[in-house]
Amino acid sequence: MKTIFEKSVAGREGCWPCDGLAAEAYIPKELLREEEIGLPSAGELDVVRHFTKLSQRNFGVDGNFYPLGSCTMKYNPKFTEVVAAMPGFTRLHPVLPQLKGAGHLCQGALEVMYETERLLCEITGMHSYTLHPMAGAHGELTGVMLMAAYHKDKGNEKTKIIVPDSAHGTNPASAAIAGYEVISIESRDGIIDPEALREVLDDKVAGMMMTCPNTLGLFEKNLPEIVRMLREVDALLYYDGANLNAVMGKMRVGDVGFDIVHLNLHKTFATPHGGGGPGSGPVGVSERVAPYLPISRVQKLEDGQFFLDYDYPKSIGYVAPFYGNFGVYLKAYAYILRLGGTGLTRATENAVLAANYMRKRLEKHFEIPYNRTCMHEFVAGAVHQAEKGVRALDIAKALLDKGHHAPTIYFPLIVKECIMVEPTETENKATLDHFVDDLIAIAELTEADPEAVQKAPVTLPVTRLDETLAARGMVLTEDMGS
Amino acid sequence: MIPADLKYAKSHEWVRIDGDIATIGISEFAQEQLGDLTFVELPAVGDTFEQGAEFGSVESVKAASELYAPIGGEVVEINEELEDAPEKVNESPYDEGWLIKLKISGEPEGLLDADAYKALIESEAH
Repeated sequence: MKTIFEKSVAGREGCWPCDGLAAEAYIPKELLREEEIGLPSAGELDVVRHFTKLSQRNFGVDGNFYPLGSCTMKYNPKFTEVVAAMPGFTRLHPVLPQLKGAGHLCQGALEVMYETERLLCEITGMHSYTLHPMAGAHGELTGVMLMAAYHKDKGNEKTKIIVPDSAHGTNPASAAIAGYEVISIESRDGIIDPEALREVLDDKVAGMMMTCPNTLGLFEKNLPEIVRMLREVDALLYYDGANLNAVMGKMRVGDVGFDIVHLNLHKTFATPHGGGGPGSGPVGVSERVAPYLPISRVQKLEDGQFFLDYDYPKSIGYVAPFYGNFGVYLKAYAYILRLGGTGLTRATENAVLAANYMRKRLEKHFEIPYNRTCMHEFVAGAVHQAEKGVRALDIAKALLDKGHHAPTIYFPLIVKECIMVEPTETENKATLDHFVDDLIAIAELTEADPEAVQKAPVTLPVTRLDETLAARGMVLTEDMGS
Repeated sequence: MIPADLKYAKSHEWVRIDGDIATIGISEFAQEQLGDLTFVELPAVGDTFEQGAEFGSVESVKAASELYAPIGGEVVEINEELEDAPEKVNESPYDEGWLIKLKISGEPEGLLDADAYKALIESEAH
């Protein structure tokens, strides 16, 4: 498909009502552009067709099943968009709560922030929250900075953070960016091995970052022992909330002994996902870490009024402009209120049920390396298929031909020919069956005609792309003409 | 393909020792598991590494993976051609796809010979 620049024909333009004034009427002359801007020239119909066709080639959860393991590509109910578009929110200026005497003009927004924090505290069992981090990875970095602030304040000399090999890939990155040495420990039977932890645990360890359930979709059964071991060396336990949607309503991480948790609102609380944002990664902390939370913090006065409090001398300071992505956590707030405690718990139950249903249906056709009750996602391995020359990549491509998004492949790294499926709670049984039936059909085709699978996809606008060439000889610019 | 004249680390690097110089690369098994490499990050000449230390990384279409020194020493030469042609590691892991040369300091411990390495990858494959 040609780009809109390639379709450009000099002199073509659309028709749109305007006031007829030249640019000089709005912009000082010395600031006006001297050269042509180099935008394409196209008629209105050309533009409409171009972008309509592009949208038809787009793949999203609005159109098809999207079982991308570890990513939680669930459907987001549209009512949250309605809430976030309410003019009482969209027309607020973010400086208002900081202006003397203007606090009463934004009480509603401040209440949303306050109440969202309280709800997240209730759901996760934490003492306090900050809503400021702009995405999950930002939340992770904020969380690790809080860990550092805690140790510095106590006079602890800590240099290391432990990350299990079944954790999310961002965990070691966040710890390293914060300046810690990352110590990786190997899983045993798919979960953290307390013995492996004991071997690397000393008083230089600042904390451990844990994804629970982990990226294999397995729950960490040794949590109480791990918490006890870390407490002995005054190390903090960090909970990567990316998989909170598997335990919400069932386990409160604060009650278990975690000190810091970040949440990916787009995964558990149905805010928009992907496309580079805007995201939101609130961070919750236990009471002993609360003094270090970023400023500002929303407080409620006895008369019910809300205000921003900056008076936290031990705070790590600002991590984001203003208050984070307000419009995003507003949607999470609406979602939490709409579902309520019962609804959130049912969402968790359905996510876990869907994953286990698919796992059971697939176990005769694919290697399931940790074949026991999983949480919200599971991993399969295409090891039998690989013996026929059909790898996880080929199976993922063949699924595209069937109209599904591919699952995550080759992650986590500790599973061979890994296929990682996360169905989420928003899909019905018919959709799950459809996907499983297609996956079984691909496994059967692998036996009969492996080459056919290796050639997939054949029904899409593009067939097998040369990913190696794309990575080795990257072309990141487009000639836009002049 | 596991050349008998090389020593191997459990982390799938090979080492060829010639006097006090060690040439280091990754094994055929490692390159096959990684898939097509797209980037090789190597240290600078003059850097020193202890055995087992991370000396660089490789990226493939599937994953990024650290490289660990199978033997300690000072870097005396790196394979500069890999910057523009990482595929050499895939095509010729034991020859043109070598990564670095070290001036050896100290005796390496726990390296595997070809037979022991073969047993290791067979156990990992199942």
